[in-house]
Amino acid sequence: MTSRKKRRMTLIGLGMLALAGATAMVLTAFQENVTFFYSPSDLQNKDVPKGRNFRVGGLVAEGSVEKIGDGATVQFVVTDGGGTVPVRYRGLLPDLFREGQGIVAEGKLNGQGVFVANEVLAKHDENYMPPEVADALKRSGEWQKGQATADGAVQ
Amino acid sequence: MTSQAASNPPGSRSLHRFANPGRFLRLADAVLPWCAGLTAIALAVGLAAALFVAPADYQQGESVRIMYVHVPAAWMALFAYTCIAVASAAALIWRHPVADLAARSASPLGAAFTFLALATGSLWGKPMWGTWWVWDARLTSVLVLFFLYLGHMAISNAFEDPGRGRKAAAILALVGFVNVPIIKFSVDWWNTLHQPASVTRIGVPTIHPSMLWPLLLMGVGFTLFFFTVLLLRMKSELLAARLRNLRMLSVEGR
Repeated sequence: MTSRKKRRMTLIGLGMLALAGATAMVLTAFQENVTFFYSPSDLQNKDVPKGRNFRVGGLVAEGSVEKIGDGATVQFVVTDGGGTVPVRYRGLLPDLFREGQGIVAEGKLNGQGVFVANEVLAKHDENYMPPEVADALKRSGEWQKGQATADGAVQ
Repeated sequence: MTSQAASNPPGSRSLHRFANPGRFLRLADAVLPWCAGLTAIALAVGLAAALFVAPADYQQGESVRIMYVHVPAAWMALFAYTCIAVASAAALIWRHPVADLAARSASPLGAAFTFLALATGSLWGKPMWGTWWVWDARLTSVLVLFFLYLGHMAISNAFEDPGRGRKAAAILALVGFVNVPIIKFSVDWWNTLHQPASVTRIGVPTIHPSMLWPLLLMGVGFTLFFFTVLLLRMKSELLAARLRNLRMLSVEGR
């Protein structure tokens, strides 16, 4: 290899390294801003923006979904294992919304610590299987294990 | 040129074997029928399996079938960009004309795959998530990839002197490559609405084998399709260049 080719190779190598380093630093600095939603335990431990819109994500706690007032408003508890937050929402829920399923809600915390959502999105996990397999897993008791590892969203 | 190649060690010679457009054309002609035939078979069987054989999902129902197009398209969007970055590095370091041609021929294909991934993802997102689009890390970084492809196509044709355009495009391709690991790991590094990887992850895939094999077959079909169309595009570029040269010669000879 001639020296000019070697020089070009080194130049490109160093350029890519510098670029990767700079990008890594920028992304670390903007960590908070890139994050799409806060988890319920973040609400307790971290400074979350009070009085303005933000998103909270986690699993809908089993047995927590209830209709309140006019019948079009639902209230449910979002949990990540560490913390919980009650969420109130008036509107149409997506198809995948159900107990035990991940969701992301956008809205504000009110004075009583209830998260009043103006939008609720369902979060799909990375598990794909036919219904029969899901039933078999539930029957054999393997289900919880699979769900726990699948739950990257709410670590 | 030949004496220099002969004096080089075998490793570097093998790399330069494809730098010769004539040899590349002969190789492309030999490979193309196989690539095209296998693409047709893989896509036909893969699509039939994805649409009719694979089971519905326990949560998503029939909507899961969008995945068989969305996921291979997204894989190819990243794969095509990686190819462009490698070819651009080869073009900058070794002044390798065929590598340069490969990089420029691949970017419209990559842009098409990225668009397909964005469009099918959006169609899946509306019924499943409840929204066409969110600005989470995965979706946003893939949109940036789409713009990188468009920029790469635009910049390589933006200069009076084609050599400068190629160099600028190659540098853009290398700079943009930082986005590829960001796309891949965005779902692990940050909270995103998009789900984490099911197949390309450490440990067993979290997708049932009855759904995995049609998906992998579609992945093979998309990859073969990419190489078939890439070779066709490169071949037609080279033939067009040869035609231009002949025309110049005949004008001069008159």
